Amino acid sequence: MAVHPKEQRLILKYADEPGYTPHIDSYMEHGGYDMLKKAVTMEPQAIMDEVKKSTLRGRGGAGFPCGLKWSFVDRKSGKPIYLVCNCDESEPGTFKDRQIVHKDPHQLIEGIMISCFANNVAKAFIYIREEMPYGAKILDQAILEAKEKNFVGDNVLGSGYSCDIVVHRGAAAYICGEETGLIESLEGKRANPRIKPPYFPAVLGLYNCPTIVNNVETLCNAVHILDMGAEEFTKIGRPNNAGTRIWCVSGGVQRPGYYEVAGLTLGELVYDICGGPLPGRSIKAIIPGGSSMKILKNGERYKGKNPDGTDYNWGLEDIPLDYDGIAAAGSMSGSGGMMVLDDTVSIPAALANLMAFYSHESCGQCTPCREGSLWLKKITSRMVHGEARPEDVDLMLDVAGQIAGRTICAFGFAVAWPVQSYIAKFEDEFRKYAAHLSDPNADRQAIKELACNG
Amino acid sequence: MAEEKKDNLITVNIDGQDLQVPPGTNMVEAVKMLGKEVPHYCYHPKLSIAGNCRMCLVEMGMPGRDRATGEPMLNEDGTPKIMWMPGPAIACGTNAAPGMHIKTSSPKAIESREAVTEFLLVNHPLDCPICDQAGECKLQEFSASHGRGYSRFVEEKNVKPKRTRLGPRVTLDDERCILCSRCIRFSQEIAKDDVLGFTDRGSYSTLTCFPGKELANNYSLNTVDICPVGALTSTDFRFKMRVWFLKESKSIDFESSVGCNTVVSSREGKVYRVTPRRNDEVNDTWMPDSGRELYKQIESEDRFSYSSVNGSETSAVEALKAAGEILKGEGVAIVASGRNTVEEQFVLKQIADQVNAKGVYLVARYGDDDGILISKDRNPNVRGALATGLISELPSEKLSALGAQIDSGEVKVVLATKEDLVAAGLSEEQLKKVKLVAIDTHATATTKSADVAIAGLTQFEKSGTLINQQFRIQKFHKVVPGPVGSIDDLAALSAILASLTGETCPSVVGTVWEKIAAEGSIFEGLSFKGIADTGVLLDGSAFSGLAFVEGKSLHFEPKLEEAAAE
Repeated sequence: MAVHPKEQRLILKYADEPGYTPHIDSYMEHGGYDMLKKAVTMEPQAIMDEVKKSTLRGRGGAGFPCGLKWSFVDRKSGKPIYLVCNCDESEPGTFKDRQIVHKDPHQLIEGIMISCFANNVAKAFIYIREEMPYGAKILDQAILEAKEKNFVGDNVLGSGYSCDIVVHRGAAAYICGEETGLIESLEGKRANPRIKPPYFPAVLGLYNCPTIVNNVETLCNAVHILDMGAEEFTKIGRPNNAGTRIWCVSGGVQRPGYYEVAGLTLGELVYDICGGPLPGRSIKAIIPGGSSMKILKNGERYKGKNPDGTDYNWGLEDIPLDYDGIAAAGSMSGSGGMMVLDDTVSIPAALANLMAFYSHESCGQCTPCREGSLWLKKITSRMVHGEARPEDVDLMLDVAGQIAGRTICAFGFAVAWPVQSYIAKFEDEFRKYAAHLSDPNADRQAIKELACNG
Repeated sequence: MAEEKKDNLITVNIDGQDLQVPPGTNMVEAVKMLGKEVPHYCYHPKLSIAGNCRMCLVEMGMPGRDRATGEPMLNEDGTPKIMWMPGPAIACGTNAAPGMHIKTSSPKAIESREAVTEFLLVNHPLDCPICDQAGECKLQEFSASHGRGYSRFVEEKNVKPKRTRLGPRVTLDDERCILCSRCIRFSQEIAKDDVLGFTDRGSYSTLTCFPGKELANNYSLNTVDICPVGALTSTDFRFKMRVWFLKESKSIDFESSVGCNTVVSSREGKVYRVTPRRNDEVNDTWMPDSGRELYKQIESEDRFSYSSVNGSETSAVEALKAAGEILKGEGVAIVASGRNTVEEQFVLKQIADQVNAKGVYLVARYGDDDGILISKDRNPNVRGALATGLISELPSEKLSALGAQIDSGEVKVVLATKEDLVAAGLSEEQLKKVKLVAIDTHATATTKSADVAIAGLTQFEKSGTLINQQFRIQKFHKVVPGPVGSIDDLAALSAILASLTGETCPSVVGTVWEKIAAEGSIFEGLSFKGIADTGVLLDGSAFSGLAFVEGKSLHFEPKLEEAAAE
């Protein structure tokens, strides 16, 4: 895949280079493991300080500062500290971790080893999604190669530091990617998220020991922070949004794919890099960071105040493509899985599709999410089959409101946010279905076709 | 709470009212202390916190602190400024903290409860009139008190299987399960038999046994007790009786020296079920399945329901008169039982003294200790026999010493209560050598060869007290009348004693206690009425030298020297 001139690649710098392979030799020819060699000569605290200074934010979805997360780890308990690489990439529209694992696995392993050294971790796990069997094989092979070169295992590079990495194939459920659900699954149990408190992973994580859970992309960044230093790293992107971000763009654009960028606007990514909408089409809306994020409507103005007190007034294309920019527009950059909906897409049909997914993936642990998601699926499904009732739109909003913020994990938001934001932005489309039903002469077939034609 | 030092208590504010609670108290318990209720399904005070039903959502706030200075934020009137959490918090999984404010009935809390109730009902069958749990169902109760009263759900319900067999004693109506996971946690944490789990996802989740396993442990029916809805049912009790028709009597499980507290439910003289009664010092809220079966002895085919003299059926009065005459003879030995009540043992001790008994025996029953609620000593009241002075040593499993006394001619008369002497090691020939008076509830080799046989009562048909392994005296109450022809054991023994002494003797529990609680005894100051429902701990130090056989159980830790003696 050709690199677009507007891209700024760090993590995927070599991944798409012709002749670059997942083999360790290929990685080392490009300077691979130099940073691990450097790391083991440093004080762990110095590495932690660099990561903290880099202001690196987690690339898994919530965007929580990585260094701060590491600082929460209970180091006085006397229990072993574990590091878990979350490679359970399950959010619809997101496929960035897969690229790293498939194309540059050693970068991930190096990032894990640096992070483990910094945190005094003796055992790390890569929890990889069951549906990525090829990726698991690649990682297994890569760890073998790294062990042969003494980058992983006992007495790493003669430093006296030992750490092993175990690849664990996931249990094939969306919720296995939720931090504490993942830990439960890794322990061999059903992936039900844990209640917090008391189960904050930094204190009571895997096997009730302090545990760091980081995303694949986050851990890869550790290599580059060490390479360029925190100060240089923070110069990439905007303040508080340091580093590059891999975006997975899918849907109605001419060049869907994954792109690593920094400091761009949403418009630059979608129109310049991805080529904009397909010929004859226009962009209707964008889901910025994975299917659970709130939708952004084209044509709307996003207004508010910047932290420095100045006003912003953005169109969709003006939104800064980072955590704070997208948050200011009312959504989240989430997993980086950007989905572009063009004018052919029926929003109620898209929502019905999402509700089918989320009701299927709800772990079923807490009542609001378990029962509410299936209820919403049934309403939206009925709606796109021409059987909506006038009260359905308000009911959906109410049901979503009864789920959001009332569940053990953030899955409740993943179910509720699309409903709330889709209706908020495209209420007329939802009402149109109900209006058809109230018309006794309505052509049911035509209503169903609304789901196809928007 | 009363034992907590005042200094350790923390103050929380619940619905505007300050309350002091011990640290570590969760909101559900804190609110309960105030006499209010936070409705909940998954929370159980004796299980780990799951926090999954979300029924106990309340509003929570903490005194604010200025981020920059760290100083407390104050209102204009100088009171702490409370920073309320944007969303509701679960009361079961949130411990009270100093200064915490809780709103249990704010609009947001009420709306949260209504929402959870609505969610729980969308895929739940709305057939309370035919549900076996009707009358004891928390969903039914909370729907009435915390629901909207109408349904907005017009979709087709997600219907789950009915009548799934989880084990020999538990049947699952899956369509009713609200996935609270209490049963799963009980199996893991209390029964130590991790066989239950959920399968499938979302609303299609169902409770199931792990492949190749079944819920067959001796505590399986506790899952039925704690199921908040009608999902887990007792296969034995299922659809036999509407619970609101049942009379509930407080009783004790007789199957071992643990003495689990129970509730026996009956109607019109018939017992329908036995369930545990909460006693945090003995059995928490649990009991073994095996103890729930004991009521079946009331109507068992071998129930002994008439008295006889020399093999001929007679009235109890005639039988007692004949028994008194026999016991006036020389060489009397008494075989009492660890299943006798304290009161019966007390009267037996008086009889033994009166006849100058050649020997007083108890029959020990030992089985495997399960470490939970069944102890190695399967007699419920060996300590009662010690405390009343009936015996001074721990009993043997076999009556060989008595056998030798009979063979030597030293013993010529035997009074046996609640024990089959043949099962305890005496031969039929040895029984023929003595005059025998037997009081029992079921036909045995002993009652068949007795000169006088008296039909007694099961524990469900009388009242009394037992002393458990902790030396805790606990009382149980009569549930149903005994069969026609039977006589209360205590009354029978008192009548025998009266005929021996020529004086009247108290014959009911309450009046016998006036004598039991004599000055200087271990029972001093007690009365049957005065014994709390959860029992009274007696001073058993006088018996600490005996090698009691019990190991550790849920709330009993044998002393080290006793364990060593074992």
